Amino acid sequence: MPMQTVKMVVTGPFSAGKTQFIQAVSEIDVVSTDRKISDSSPESQEKPDTTVAMDFGRITVGDDLVLYLFGTPGQRRFDFMWEILAEGMLGFVVMVDSAKPETFREAKSILETFRAYAPTPYVVAANKQDHPDAWSPEDLRIALRIEDNVKLLPCVAKDKESVKVVLLELLYSILEEMES
Amino acid sequence: MPLKGTLSVFSTTQLLNLINLAKKTGVLHIYEGIESGKMLTLGDGQTKIPELVPGEQRAEVIFKEGKLMFASMKDKSGDLTSVLHKSGRLSDEQSRIIRDRGKSHSDKALALMLINANYVTKQQIIQSIQKHTVDIVFDLMTWDKEPFLFDDTAAMPDERITVPINLENVIIEGSRRIHDQKRLEEELPNLDFALKFPDSPGEKFKDIQLSTAEWRVVGFVNPKNSIRQIAKACNMTDTEIRRVVHALLEAGLVELVKPPSAAKVQKKAPAAAGLRPSKDGAPSKAVVNRLIEKIKTI
Repeated sequence: MPMQTVKMVVTGPFSAGKTQFIQAVSEIDVVSTDRKISDSSPESQEKPDTTVAMDFGRITVGDDLVLYLFGTPGQRRFDFMWEILAEGMLGFVVMVDSAKPETFREAKSILETFRAYAPTPYVVAANKQDHPDAWSPEDLRIALRIEDNVKLLPCVAKDKESVKVVLLELLYSILEEMES
Repeated sequence: MPLKGTLSVFSTTQLLNLINLAKKTGVLHIYEGIESGKMLTLGDGQTKIPELVPGEQRAEVIFKEGKLMFASMKDKSGDLTSVLHKSGRLSDEQSRIIRDRGKSHSDKALALMLINANYVTKQQIIQSIQKHTVDIVFDLMTWDKEPFLFDDTAAMPDERITVPINLENVIIEGSRRIHDQKRLEEELPNLDFALKFPDSPGEKFKDIQLSTAEWRVVGFVNPKNSIRQIAKACNMTDTEIRRVVHALLEAGLVELVKPPSAAKVQKKAPAAAGLRPSKDGAPSKAVVNRLIEKIKTI
């Protein structure tokens, strides 16, 4: 029986929690190409590693079916990778750091870019909802101008159950689209 | 839950829109921004801006159920006497006397006294407060970097007269005022582009009349010069150069070109061999259902 692989993409701004999201549900250690940012970089004080190529997680459904989760590079200078990653994806998750309003504009821009790549279903994950400064999903919806028919879900990427809810909601959206 | 941020990343207009749509009640505090010495990394992971921490409060705006109620600014006192004086309802002398006599009165008590003494009408007070409030908010809409805090637990000030104002109208009018500047930035977002004259200028250059600023810019038009470099050479701000270049573009006198350095196309990295999913047909509903069942059991 031929192996079928399906792919979902996890995207979002730098340090939004994409790697952690994939790590929470991947059955393998995430194949991450994170590399240390040089110590001279101010970024190194905020996030010791950043994704320079892609994160890659796997969920085996059976002998004939595997789901791959791909995390996009967090930094704009690697955005040439996005289109490659978007090719053939079933759907995508846009991660937003709810406690960092300075990244909202970038999140919206990334969302629009991926929408342009492929008209696949997507959900927005309002990550870091456990942070005291986190904006609520309702406020984020307005701030990011997310249409009411798009799911915007509270998320804590380090919590597997929270990640599962986001992935399930994306799959339900995919299913709804197939049935419509 | 309080909303915190800086206007550099979430503008006053966006905040007003959020407050309006979410029908929020609370007080928006805007502070002087003090550089902490740290740099803030924006969402692209590359752009750095200085981190600003709140200093002295510069403005305060009160909202109730999504409506603008009152605003005050550090150098624009919001007490009733000042508001009426500024709007021309009270003379210098009248306002001085009222201040002397009315120190112990709240704005509401003072308003009643002024109305009873036929100094002003109720309608004039309302209009003056509305104008004062809206003018401050229009000012705030041009601010672009200050730290802010929207506190939805703050109590409404009792001493001020508050007049509900529909935020939609304020946003529309305020946006119109800053529209020109924004439009220029949107239409010409990248100052690293260069300019060149059109290959077939035709009649465009006949009887041409340019301003001094336009002539200065035209003198530097060359695919090797970025707009930013031209601005520097002409000692113009970003807004000034945008205005001039936009006018030249609209007239068809110049065209945008990528400078040689920016024109280099980044080579696509080879796809990670072995990591790309098979493309043997789109997944079926059954596949999606299997994925759902699997994820439920993780």
